[in-house]
Amino acid sequence: MQTTFPKLLLKHAAERGAAPAMREKEYGIWQNLSWSDLALMVEHLACGLHQAGLQRDEHMVVIGANRPRLYATMLAAQSLGAVPIPLYQDAAALECVFPINNAEVRFAFAEDQEQVDKLLEIREKCPQLAHIFFDDPRGLRKYDEPGLASLEELLAAGKAFANLHPDFFKAQVEQTKPNDVSSMFFTSGTTGNPKGVVHTHDTLINRAQAGAEFDRLTSAEEVLAYLPPAWVGQNIFSYAQWLVCGYVVNCPESASTVTIDLKEIGPTYYFAPPRVFEGLLTSVMIRMEDAGTVKRKLFHYFMDLAKRVGPTRMDGKSIGFGNTVLYALGNALIYGPLRNNLGMSRVRVAYTAGEAIGPDLFSFYRSIGINLKQLYGSTETAVFVCLQPDHEARADTVGIPCKGVEIKVSADGEILVKSPGLLKEYYKNPAATAEVLDASGWYHTSDAGFIDAHGHLKIIDRVKDVGRIKGGANDGAMFAPKYVENKLKFFPQIKEVVAYGDQREQVCVMINIDFDAVGNWAERRNLPYAGYTDLAQKPEVYQLIQECVEKVNADLSVDELLAGSQVSRFLVLHKELDADDGELTRTNKVRRGFIAEKYLPLVEALYGGKKEQFIETVVKFEDGRTGSVSATLKISDTKTFAPVKAAA
Amino acid sequence: MSKQIGDVILDVNNISLRFGGVKALTDISFNVKEHEIRAIIGPNGAGKSSMLNCINGVYTPQDGNITFRGKTFSHMNPREVAEMGVARTFQNLALFKGMSVIDNIMTGRNLRIKSNLFMQALRVGPAAREEAQHREFVEHIIDFLEIQAHRKTPVGQLPYGLQKRVDLGRALAMEPQVLLLDEPMAGMNVEEKQDMCRFVLDINDEFGTTVVLIEHDMGVVMDISDRVVVLDYGKKIGDGTPEEVRNNEDVISAYLGTSH
Repeated sequence: MQTTFPKLLLKHAAERGAAPAMREKEYGIWQNLSWSDLALMVEHLACGLHQAGLQRDEHMVVIGANRPRLYATMLAAQSLGAVPIPLYQDAAALECVFPINNAEVRFAFAEDQEQVDKLLEIREKCPQLAHIFFDDPRGLRKYDEPGLASLEELLAAGKAFANLHPDFFKAQVEQTKPNDVSSMFFTSGTTGNPKGVVHTHDTLINRAQAGAEFDRLTSAEEVLAYLPPAWVGQNIFSYAQWLVCGYVVNCPESASTVTIDLKEIGPTYYFAPPRVFEGLLTSVMIRMEDAGTVKRKLFHYFMDLAKRVGPTRMDGKSIGFGNTVLYALGNALIYGPLRNNLGMSRVRVAYTAGEAIGPDLFSFYRSIGINLKQLYGSTETAVFVCLQPDHEARADTVGIPCKGVEIKVSADGEILVKSPGLLKEYYKNPAATAEVLDASGWYHTSDAGFIDAHGHLKIIDRVKDVGRIKGGANDGAMFAPKYVENKLKFFPQIKEVVAYGDQREQVCVMINIDFDAVGNWAERRNLPYAGYTDLAQKPEVYQLIQECVEKVNADLSVDELLAGSQVSRFLVLHKELDADDGELTRTNKVRRGFIAEKYLPLVEALYGGKKEQFIETVVKFEDGRTGSVSATLKISDTKTFAPVKAAA
Repeated sequence: MSKQIGDVILDVNNISLRFGGVKALTDISFNVKEHEIRAIIGPNGAGKSSMLNCINGVYTPQDGNITFRGKTFSHMNPREVAEMGVARTFQNLALFKGMSVIDNIMTGRNLRIKSNLFMQALRVGPAAREEAQHREFVEHIIDFLEIQAHRKTPVGQLPYGLQKRVDLGRALAMEPQVLLLDEPMAGMNVEEKQDMCRFVLDINDEFGTTVVLIEHDMGVVMDISDRVVVLDYGKKIGDGTPEEVRNNEDVISAYLGTSH
């Protein structure tokens, strides 16, 4: 479909003007905004912005939570051929400076006082930022800054202009072309400045359409817009696919009401990162443990059944007559009400992505009849690269290449993608563009992975982290630290893992227990402990963790590529790894190199064959004081398994 | 600040209040101007809450009078005071713990409901319409105080900081011209205090409501008030802008003690 976002808007307004385009909960009631009302609002905004001086190809920042007027402003900017840049609403003021200056932004839309304050704070650093329009006037009455105006004023001015020039808006929309730049998303690099990922109308619309076709999305879908608009996924699910399919996007009342709004709306198409699914599951389990005996027994009986037959059922295979009857009963008594309670009664397609999801968590949702699937993609690929078909969802793969996508694995194991949805470029950064887009049009993902026997893509790790075992029985075998760490972290008892093995004879890991989970486990066994350090060194805890590690080893042994990454030795750390001590990044990723230096005696003991090692560590408390923790850590050997070559 | 502070709206003249032999307030006089934020501060037992209770009509002072909008009263009646547009919040939260947030705030609309009890009970014609109007007003307050997520939660289940907000919401439901706040930030953490400050400033700003507040936290008082009255042992020892009060010798010695 060769079209643009504003043209799609006008098409929906013309064909089904009275149908709802968006809903927003205000003053306790869901308010509808129809396609024709939205088109009118966009027209007035576009005319207002034109009058204020917004030029073709110019960038405009939008910052705020999901609100109909934020999306209308993006459409208005695109109608004039300008390029909206959504920024993260929780970004600190200083983080906004680079994108605004990099893209020479003069115009900004800010949701409320908080965002206006942020932009005003950095105005000295961004002298060209001339116009700031705000949606919610609360607290802003007394602001007297030049160029600051309410969206109401902009709409009124635009309306007057539109009355004088009734054909202006349509003519502007006519001029938009599929290959024009439509949006820009800034991705936070781990190092250096963020990069502006440039997408055209066509790249986003093409991918939105491929995804919609894959899952047969229609205009009847309901979506809850609750993730940051600055994230490309939110843009695809609540903007690109919204305009392509014409479904309804619902804006929650506030960030704190999302779970309530979810139940009220009952979306049919839903996306959440794994941590959201995990949080929902935990809240259910806690409430279930507090329920009466009969309810609890019933719940556990049917959850066991679901665990046994649910995933098979979701794969579209037969589970036998007896189980079918039992499952139907369970559906009436437990699964149905549970789905309702989660706000997922009507979910037809749910996706998770962003990080690895634990197999138990994944199959829990599938077993109670929610079609949870995984996808693979990034900002640079306009999300959709791989998707899991309805009956082939697995926890450890990310699906098959979707329409238009070609995938190959380079010699060093990196996944390369060719797709109509690839970024046009990184804004004003040809060097970075050349690094990821090669001359023959392949996009280098910097993810290491492979395509399995069933044609599904499997992601292992970041390419730069993948190493090789050197010497010993598994000489030359591939070692993927994050893959091993994730597998261990899926056990609720294990909170954090650091794996070593690159250029070593064997793989050794340091483990952080999850204090809540293991503490609870110990209490139920009447196992007394004095605190984290004490609990971590209990022989019983070591036994518990050893079982986890050996399960992972058994699992790895059947993996063609990663059988050599089995864990030979482990220890349980005496303190929790903490971002304040520099051991984790602020996004809670382990800093392997730093930890290896800091705990050098432990690494040496792991590889030196010692049975225990004394360590003293300086820790920083939240109030800035420092103290030290010391302990003698035991080191355990674990059973490894001979690699089993897969039959296929 | 470009706020327009108006004329004197509330004038307290020579108020004295005794409980038997205990002199709670002795000869207190001060005034409150329209649209301003007026703070009453003082150490424990200084008579701050007693002062508020006199204005509010809960206590009747033995001497003195109060002039409100040109009318002088020697004692105030709580219902009359409420009808004149004075609302208050309480130091120890007098909320209906078992009722939802909405219902609690709805009680603040009580004085404004015109239809009689019988019609309300049956929810017939005008009563149902009226209820919907009041409910809409309450929803605006809920939005204003950012408690949408707790609309239907019984108040007793909410954390203390949020209960304080509901208490404030109920007072706002009366659409008051003067709002009396009795230690709105007591027992709150720093973040809750900041939120509450923002709400008080916004109320003053958006609706032009005159605010009289009692507060312990000196930082809060100095930041948000236009003028401050200082009480100590039932006597007024200071009155003026935060700056003036901060430099007042008597105030310093009342708060910090004096060297002898």
